Amino acid sequence: MKLTGSQIFLKCLEREGVKHIFGFPGGVVLDIYDELTRAPFIKHFLVRHEQGAAHAADGYSRASGKVGVCLVTSGPGATNTVSGIASAYMDSIPMVVFTGQVPTPLIGNDAFQEVDIVGITRPCTKHNYLVKHVDDLARIIHEAFHIARTGRPGPVLVDLPKDVIQGQTVPKFPERVRIKSYNPNYHANPKQIKKALDLILKAHRPVIYAGGGVILSKASEELTKFAQSLEIPVTTTLMGLGGFPAPHRLWLGMLGMHGTYFANMSVHHADVLIAIGSRFDDRVTGKIEEFAPHAKIIHIDIDPTSISKNVVVDIPIVGDCQDALSQLNELVVAQVPTPRELSPAHQAWLAEIDQWKREHPLTYDRASGDLKPQFVVEKLYELTQGNAIISTEVGQNQMWAAQFYHINRPNRWLSSGGLGCMGYGFPAAIGAQVACPDDLVIDIAGDGSIQMNIQELATAVEYDLPVKVAILNNSFLGMVRQWQQLFYDRRYSQTPMWSPDFVKLAEAYGALGLRAEKPEEVEPVIREAINTRKPVLMDFRVAPEECVMPMVPAGAPMHKMLLT
Amino acid sequence: MRHVISVSVDNEPGVLSRVTGLFSGRGFNIESLCVAATMNQEVSHITLVTAGNEMIIEQIIKQLRKLINVIKVVDLTPTDHVEREMALVKVKAEDRQRAEVLRIADIFRCRVVDVSPNTYTLEITGTSEKLNAVLGLLKTIGIQEVVRTGSLAMQRTKKE
Ligand SMILES: Cc1cc2nc3c(=O)[nH]c(=O)nc-3n(C[C@H](O)[C@H](O)[C@H](O)COP(=O)(O)OP(=O)(O)OC[C@H]3O[C@@H](n4cnc5c(N)ncnc54)[C@H](O)[C@@H]3O)c2cc1C
Ligand SMILES: Cc1ncc(C[n+]2csc(CCOP(=O)(O)OP(=O)(O)O)c2C)c(N)n1
Ligand SMILES: [Mg+2]
Repeated sequence: MKLTGSQIFLKCLEREGVKHIFGFPGGVVLDIYDELTRAPFIKHFLVRHEQGAAHAADGYSRASGKVGVCLVTSGPGATNTVSGIASAYMDSIPMVVFTGQVPTPLIGNDAFQEVDIVGITRPCTKHNYLVKHVDDLARIIHEAFHIARTGRPGPVLVDLPKDVIQGQTVPKFPERVRIKSYNPNYHANPKQIKKALDLILKAHRPVIYAGGGVILSKASEELTKFAQSLEIPVTTTLMGLGGFPAPHRLWLGMLGMHGTYFANMSVHHADVLIAIGSRFDDRVTGKIEEFAPHAKIIHIDIDPTSISKNVVVDIPIVGDCQDALSQLNELVVAQVPTPRELSPAHQAWLAEIDQWKREHPLTYDRASGDLKPQFVVEKLYELTQGNAIISTEVGQNQMWAAQFYHINRPNRWLSSGGLGCMGYGFPAAIGAQVACPDDLVIDIAGDGSIQMNIQELATAVEYDLPVKVAILNNSFLGMVRQWQQLFYDRRYSQTPMWSPDFVKLAEAYGALGLRAEKPEEVEPVIREAINTRKPVLMDFRVAPEECVMPMVPAGAPMHKMLLT
Repeated sequence: MRHVISVSVDNEPGVLSRVTGLFSGRGFNIESLCVAATMNQEVSHITLVTAGNEMIIEQIIKQLRKLINVIKVVDLTPTDHVEREMALVKVKAEDRQRAEVLRIADIFRCRVVDVSPNTYTLEITGTSEKLNAVLGLLKTIGIQEVVRTGSLAMQRTKKE
């Protein structure tokens, strides 16, 4: 039977198991939107800006582990998604973005609302397609989902010209994908695994440095088992938070520019560093020549380009974290008697780390009497018992969230790490709330970032998504101000920022607005927010000139941290 | 160091810009690039000359392999391979110089592909060194115009 492009499109989504999409209509996608009225199996969420749709699809994916989907029109609809696509690309998040396009005969003519979105997004998608014929549609959509979710995941864009959407054909829905040049390698080479374990067992000062790959490959249980069986301390990147249970005795917290003193010291003094699904980002390595200077490095990563890109490693292992870790765990069971007797050197190493933890824990001035942003995050952690899904905006708010909300499970931490895209957190939280309707979802926000996608309050209210936003309102673009304070002689150029009355704004949107100005007001505000079954905007008026510490100044080695 | 890399790609629109976009976006350099269809309609072939230290060349090769439309990447540099370039050169040649141009063409096995009363157009094939040598000689006589391809390269068959 012949079907139209829009019918095929929706059939494909159904076959991929898509239940929710985020989007915004327009001229060239009218037929799809019309067909949507006859597709009860898909719920469409109308955002208020296409960037919101892309971030929501991304947040949906991070919270659920599934592929996020969004649908927008050509031209401005398509260009509005670009920041969201680039965020997902930098953080390897699987999503498929469908954009409308002008009819194929008009492409290249500067037609109304035409833009070469395939050209624009080539460098920030894992792959993208312009569908030229309705006969190709089903195959391409299937490939797009396959590419997005396999190997190193990432966003895939599919551009749909209006005549393809309206065209008709008898579709062939492929069962399997055959792309001859795309075969990600999941299985880690057992010889390399063996070599790695031999090196680890000889180590005196081992450290695991895990990243987003552990979350993406759902390997956190294997990681925990591995670290425990060999008593190896674990630090993760910003992207790896939740990949190892935070309140664990082997947990070092996050490493990097705003990582803990003890995580950075451990990596600096390690003799064997085991990198698992992490990519040696410059926020993590600092001065690259002095990163982990005493360590032999093992690197497990599914993407060969991640390996030896910034730091040359001693034992490269190309493969899936889960596969590699379960091989390691099997070898450990076979080779190492339990309980393992730790060498005196290894025991001394753990003691040394404990000493660092005691000397310089994560902290702030608790006695000042001011409302400190860190205090707000601590309270959020305490009152939610660590059980919320946390998204963040970008800046100081993001770092304090990473430091003081101890994420204990994977898929509960959504933060734009690689792109650092202000405006990410709130729409991402909306996406997460759609994926996990029974969970408490909180966006830890800054007064600057929240205003980049504040319009999505309407989306949250309209669809009854009870997302909470905790604004750490310092009246500054705080992270930039911090750099100005420390490195530009306190010249606060364009960082003090006026904001509207967030409480009234929330009310105007039909959400609940709450405010706390003193430490003792924090707890009642959070409690009321948690107990309210609708979107809540909390305006915490925090100390304006607080800095995120520790901090490794740009270009310095990781053990040279500023502590206060 | 200079590397000659052979790349097989899907013969589809946009693929070349994925490859060149990768180079410009990541700051890798391209010294030359030759692209054409192959015997197999679905595959195009690119010979690419680039330069960089070992770590960069390794990244270039891995990044190329990562592109979905790239089928095969071989670094020919460490292998025994043949390399050829071609140039068309229009030389100003009058009176006595006409014989000189033909003599040079003969020595270097160039072909004369166009003749006019005061110019010759030669086709030169060979390694880039040979092309440079010929062009150097012709320059003293007077070159009006040159166009050059990039390098083409192919692995030699291993002798048993
Ligand atoms: C203001 C700001 C400050 C920041 N400060 C810090 C900081 O102090 N510390 C910090 O850590 N980060 C910080 N970041 C984030 C930083 O920019 C990077 O995003 C982050 O460090 C990268 O994390 P990652 O190495 O885990 O890589 P990711 O981007 O999560 O990459 C995942 C890696 O895993 C691999 N992978 C994917 N799937 C698999 C699989 N199935 N199996 C195996 N491997 C897989 C991928 O190929 C990739 O190499 C900051 C960001 C901002 C915006
Ligand atoms: C879209 C975008 N523009 C600019 C920046 C640069 N930037 C990084 S942090 C920051 C300040 C953010 O201010 P706010 O949201 O109030 O957070 P705070 O640091 O004060 O917690 C800015 C401007 C960015 N990351 N993203
Ligand atoms: Mg701020």
